[in-house]
Amino acid sequence: MPFLIRGSDLTEIVIPTFTPRQLAWKRFIGHKAAVVCSIVLVLLALAVILSPLTARYGVNESVKAPPNSYLSPSKLAWLGTDDIGRDLYSRLIYGTRVSLLIGLCSAFISVFVGCVVGAIAGFRGGRFDDVIMRVTDLFLAFPFLVALLVVRNMFGSVDWLTFIIGDMSSLRFIIFLLSFFGWMGVARIVRGQVLALKEREFIEAARAAGASRSYIIKRHLLPNSIGPIMVALTFSVVGAISGEATLSFFGYGPQPGAGATSLGLLVGQAKGAVQTGFWWIALFPCLILVLISLCINFIGDALRDATDPRLDATK
Amino acid sequence: MFRFALRRSAWAIPTLFLVTFLVYIALRMGTDPLASYMRSNPRATRSKIAQYKELNGLGSNFVTGYFSWLQNFVTFNWPRSIKGSREVWPELKDALANSARLGAAATTVGVSIGLTIGIFAALRPGGKRDVAVNTVAFVGISIPPYISSILLQLLFAVYWSKWFGSTLFPTSGVYPPGQDGFNLVLMLKHMALPTVVVAIQIIAVYSRYMRSSLLDVLNSDYMRTARSKGLSEFRVLMRHGVRNALIPVITIAALDIGAIVGGLIITENIFDYPGTGKYFLSAFANGDFPLLMPLMVIIVGSVLLFNLIADLSYAILDPRIRLD
Repeated sequence: MPFLIRGSDLTEIVIPTFTPRQLAWKRFIGHKAAVVCSIVLVLLALAVILSPLTARYGVNESVKAPPNSYLSPSKLAWLGTDDIGRDLYSRLIYGTRVSLLIGLCSAFISVFVGCVVGAIAGFRGGRFDDVIMRVTDLFLAFPFLVALLVVRNMFGSVDWLTFIIGDMSSLRFIIFLLSFFGWMGVARIVRGQVLALKEREFIEAARAAGASRSYIIKRHLLPNSIGPIMVALTFSVVGAISGEATLSFFGYGPQPGAGATSLGLLVGQAKGAVQTGFWWIALFPCLILVLISLCINFIGDALRDATDPRLDATK
Repeated sequence: MFRFALRRSAWAIPTLFLVTFLVYIALRMGTDPLASYMRSNPRATRSKIAQYKELNGLGSNFVTGYFSWLQNFVTFNWPRSIKGSREVWPELKDALANSARLGAAATTVGVSIGLTIGIFAALRPGGKRDVAVNTVAFVGISIPPYISSILLQLLFAVYWSKWFGSTLFPTSGVYPPGQDGFNLVLMLKHMALPTVVVAIQIIAVYSRYMRSSLLDVLNSDYMRTARSKGLSEFRVLMRHGVRNALIPVITIAALDIGAIVGGLIITENIFDYPGTGKYFLSAFANGDFPLLMPLMVIIVGSVLLFNLIADLSYAILDPRIRLD
């Protein structure tokens, strides 16, 4: 029988169509490791937000009357106790809370500033672009800890600045400091994206229709760069969390006051516990920090795959 | 090409001055040398302080202060350290030598392993080996150096001797206390753990670079041409694939020097290894301006130098890139 297509057959064929957002979502869901990581992160975030329920002891509370220091993990203290008898499990929850707060705040500031600067640099080009990119190149090539410490002390010595962002041991100061370094990577990514987009026809059309520069950036360039910006956001969170941890590790981090702690401070305590063999104090804070950065890295990678339009859309 | 190289090098010199000037301001503001001087010499008389101020150009504004510092620096008339009043150069030289040794060892180990597993991963993208390499690289990137140091120390300083009764790798210093003179085996044993820590970072980064770069190359037409000429698969891969894939990797490597130095600084501190990292942090904690500034100049200089090498290497290695 000859192969014939009648017009009525064609109405039967339904070609599934997806918006780019649906496609990205489908691809993200297909990335199993990222889904698992998302679930882990959500659980962790819930545990941290609901800390009054999930923590078993107060941040400064001893698990029992002395002798209570360096108890190994038991029913009384699931992950053991520290040098003055405080429950490590509860302190990890409080510490993760502070670290996530620092990471998120600093990442949002970095991404906001990075988007503005990167978009303007890419869109205007010229001298401004040259200078901005040279500066970011230089900062990004500098050893991170050295730059962080030198700039930290410089900011800390300026009176009007510490009046606004608090002194060197406050959370605000650390968030500001990490954002100060964080925006550069984002700016570079956004700039590259804007450079690629700005020659496209739809931008030309917008310009022909009389759209202003800021309108084009806000309505066309940034929304079309949302994929890379999301990826940059996830990596900024990791960068800020590990930046805080590095600073705290060497004793230059925030001092949240009244026994409050952060992951970095807990990892810093781990350093002292190694030689004495209290393995739980060394191991658990490290594991949580690695778990968080591993999860966010996986999610960022999956987001990059999911939002990259050059990849095969049908898979 | 030559003109490009010349122009780029010419630009590096004003940049060096500008950046060292900025670092000078940042350090003068952040670690006030005069305050540090008074802190470590609490009984210094007023005239002595004035003399110190005069000698190091600390009384004037930042611009003239910078030039008086620069003059002293270039004529090798370096001020002594604030704490302990020691000569700076011998100390800096030792720290640099120790760091260079550790850095070279870690880079050699890291780059060779990283590139090799990157190549293996790229041969069958999506295969088992590829997934394994990717996962390992991810875990490697997610473990900061201070955490891998702590975990390794925990394993080797505490548990190894507990389980096996002897120390395999010591976890601090270059030599055990009391050791005089050169002893290669002891030195290597002391270097093993810090080398591993820094190498983990390098392996994680470079295996990914190499993989993606080689994947780009493997799909290009000249690979098919090389195969159809009848070359063996190994030759095709090494001569045409890997050689071309290395071009962008080398460029990134030159830009990455800051990250490696950063990893070294952290690692050296934890393992109590007497390199630039310990030098930097102890000088920074004391606010020791005369110790910090030369190190900063060296860091800035090497960052600029490697930036320059990255620019030039790209142009030299890839004949498709033409510069005026």
